[in-house]
Amino acid sequence: MTKSKSAYSVPGKLGKTERHIIVVWVDNEAGVLARIAGLFSGRGYNIESLAVAEVDKKKHISRITIVTEGTPQVIEQINLQLKKLVPVHKVADFKRGEKDILFRELALFKILGNSKKQEKVKKICKKFNPVVLDRTNKSVVIQVTALRAEIDKLALDLKSLGLISTSRTGAVAMTKGQKTFN
Amino acid sequence: MPKLLSGAEIVFKALEDQNVEYIFGYPGGAVLPIYDELKHHKSIKHILARHEQGAGHSAEGYARSSGKPGVLLVTSGPGATNAVTALTDAYMDSIPLVCISGQVPTHLIGTDAFQECDTTGITRPCTKHNWLVKDVNDLSRILHLAFEVATTGRPGPVLVDIPKDIQFKKGKYKFLKHTLKKKFNGKVIHKISNSELDKFIDLIKKSSKPIFYTGGGVINSGPDASKYLRELVSLTGFPITSTLQGLGAYPGDDPQFLGMLGMHGTYEANNAMHDCDLMINIGARFDDRITGKVDEFSPGSKKIHVDIDPSSIGKNIKVDLAIVSDVTTLLKSLIKRFKEKNKNFVNSNKQKTSKWWEQIGKWREKKSLNFINSDKIIKPQHAVQRLYELTKNQDTFITTEVGQHQMWAAQHYKFNKPNRWMTSGGLGTMGYGLPAAIGVQIANPGKLVVDIAGEASVLMTMQEMSTAVQYRLPIKIFILNNEYMGMVRQWQELLHEKNYSESYTAALPDFVKLAESYGCVGIRAKTPNELDEKIKEMINVDRPVIFDCVVDKAENCFPMIPSGKPHNQMILGPEEEEEISDEGKVLV
Repeated sequence: MTKSKSAYSVPGKLGKTERHIIVVWVDNEAGVLARIAGLFSGRGYNIESLAVAEVDKKKHISRITIVTEGTPQVIEQINLQLKKLVPVHKVADFKRGEKDILFRELALFKILGNSKKQEKVKKICKKFNPVVLDRTNKSVVIQVTALRAEIDKLALDLKSLGLISTSRTGAVAMTKGQKTFN
Repeated sequence: MPKLLSGAEIVFKALEDQNVEYIFGYPGGAVLPIYDELKHHKSIKHILARHEQGAGHSAEGYARSSGKPGVLLVTSGPGATNAVTALTDAYMDSIPLVCISGQVPTHLIGTDAFQECDTTGITRPCTKHNWLVKDVNDLSRILHLAFEVATTGRPGPVLVDIPKDIQFKKGKYKFLKHTLKKKFNGKVIHKISNSELDKFIDLIKKSSKPIFYTGGGVINSGPDASKYLRELVSLTGFPITSTLQGLGAYPGDDPQFLGMLGMHGTYEANNAMHDCDLMINIGARFDDRITGKVDEFSPGSKKIHVDIDPSSIGKNIKVDLAIVSDVTTLLKSLIKRFKEKNKNFVNSNKQKTSKWWEQIGKWREKKSLNFINSDKIIKPQHAVQRLYELTKNQDTFITTEVGQHQMWAAQHYKFNKPNRWMTSGGLGTMGYGLPAAIGVQIANPGKLVVDIAGEASVLMTMQEMSTAVQYRLPIKIFILNNEYMGMVRQWQELLHEKNYSESYTAALPDFVKLAESYGCVGIRAKTPNELDEKIKEMINVDRPVIFDCVVDKAENCFPMIPSGKPHNQMILGPEEEEEISDEGKVLV
C-alpha cells in the first residue's frame, strides 16, 4: 500500500472530454471580459477561441462565443458558473458537431507572389467565400470564412504559395432555421 | 429637483437605508471624504480595527452571528489588499459582506499613483461581484445592488471601489429595491414542484439505511431552517450528521445526532455516510474534507442534494435528486407534503431502520472521540470539554482559529442553536477567530463570546486585542497553547517521518503579560486541577481576557481519515497511528 503524503485526496479517473461551444450574453460593461476569462483561468477551464462584440447597441448587450473542451462535468460547471456572474444574461451551450448549429470563423491571409500565384491562391480558396481585400503586383490580402479545421488546412496549403501573415477570429455560431438560442 | 448629495453623503444615505448599524474599517488617504462624513450619521457606528484583515473578519463574525450583512470600509492600495484574505474567507464560507474601498481619483487611475492598486482586478475572483464607480450618479444604485447581491442566493462578499473624486462630487440619490429582479444568484428563482417533493418523499420511504448530511446552508437560510430541520429529522427518525459549518443547526446533544463528519469527524458519522442507502444533503457542498476519495465516496447510496447554488450540485459528486432551493423554503414545503400522507411515519418505519440504528450503535461503541486523560498535564480535548461544561448553561458564542484546536472545539463543544459557531472552514484562515469574536460581541452585547484558539493562529491577528479593549468588548481568547502549529506538527508526525520542519514556535510571548500590556486580563492554567477555577474566573471577568491554557504538546487530533482513503478507513487513535508510521519509527 503506497502512502499518500498529502492532506488532499488523490485524483480520480478523468472522464472523456468533448468540445463545446458556449454562447454568453453579457452587459457590455468595463471588466466583463476579464470576469469571463478569469472564471475560466481561475477554475482551470480551457478557452480554445473566443469571439466577442456588442450586438445590441441600445441595451449594451455583448455576445461572447467561447469554444472550450472538457469532461461533461466540467462543461456543466462552466455553464452553471457563468450563469452566476452578475452581468451574464443567458448562456447557451452545444456540442461541436450538432446538426442545427452553424459555425464560422473568419481569416485574413496575406500572400506574396505574382499574378500567376495569386490565381492559384484564389482557386484554392474558392470554396470558402474568398474576398480579395487588397491587391498589388506582388501581394494579395484575401478573406475567407470557413470552419476551424478548413482554415487550418487552408493555411497549410497556402504556405507553399507565399503565405506570410495570417489573422483569424474565434468561431461565431448561430442556429439554423427560425429557432434562436434561448 | 432632488437635492444633490456628495458621493460620501450618498454612501451613508445608502448605508442608513440598508439599516446598517456598524461598519468595520480603517481610514486612509483615499477614503477620507467618507470618514469625514461619519460624524453626521449617529445611527452608524464605526469600529476601528488595527488591520484591514481584522476589520474584515470582524465583519464576518458580525454577519454570521447576526444574520445581517457585515460592512467593511477600507482605503485604497494596501487597505484593499489587506482585506483580500477576509473577502476570500467570506467567499468560501458564503458570508454576506459589503466592502467599500477608496480608490485614487479617477484621473490618476492607471498611472501607478500613490496607494493605487487594481482593486477590482485583485478582488474579482474573491467576490460575488465588484464595481468601480466612475460616475457619482451610479453610486446609490450600485451600493444598493451590492447589498442585494451580497445577501441573495448563496450569500457572499461584494466590493464597491469608489475613487476619491467621486466621493466629493455631487450627484443624485435613489433607493430602488430589488434591482436584480428575476436574477437569483444569477439565476431565475426555481419553484419547487410537487413531483420533486414526491420523489424526495419516495426516496425517504424506500430507504432502510438513511442519513441526513447537513451544512452551512441551513445556518445561512436563517433560524427557521434549523427549526424545520429539527422537525423533519424527528418526523423521519433518521440519523443526522453535520459539516463543520453546519454545527448548531441541529442540537449537538440529541441522540439522533451522530456528530460531525469528515476528515476529523466521528467514526459513526463517517461510517454511516459510507454505508448508507440514502444520503440527504441539505445545504452542504460535498467538499474534499468531507468526501475524501471521490471515487469511493458512499458507493451504495442514492443521493439527494438541496442547495441554493446550482453550481454546487454535481460539482464534486453526482446525485440522484437535485433541488435548487433555499433550505427554509424546501423544508417547509417538504414537511407539509410529508405530513399529509405520512402521519406516524416514525413508528411505522421503525422496524425498517432498526438494523441501521443497531449498526450505528455498534459504531458508537468505539467512542471515537475518546482520549487518554491525564491528571498531570492538561489535555486539549479535556480543556474544551471543561469549557463546554462550564458555559453550556448560558447562551455562548464560539469562534475559532484554524488547526487542531478548531477540530477539538468542533468535536467536543456541543452546539444547540444556529449562529453560535463561527469558524473559517473553506479557506482555513489562521487568525480568523479573534477578530471574528469582536464582530460577534458587537452583534451580541452581554453574551459570552469565546475564541477557542491556538497560540500560532492567534498571533496572526493579535493586534485586534487593542480593538477589543477600545470598545470594551469582553471577548475571551482561550488559547490551547502547545507551542506548535499543532495540525502541521501532526501531519509531519504521521506522514513526514516526524520531521518537524518549522512547526515549532520558539520565543513565544508571555501571553499573560501580553494581555496586561493590551489592557486586558491575562490568565494562565498549567494543570488539570486548576483548570475549572481559572475558566470560571475567565467567564466572570467583564473584560477581554487572554487565557493561556498550557496543554500537552504531543497530542494529536483523532479520529481522522487519512488522505486518499474512503470514509470507512478511519484512524481512531494513537494505537493505530503506530501502524501507519512504521517507516517513521525507524527513523526516530
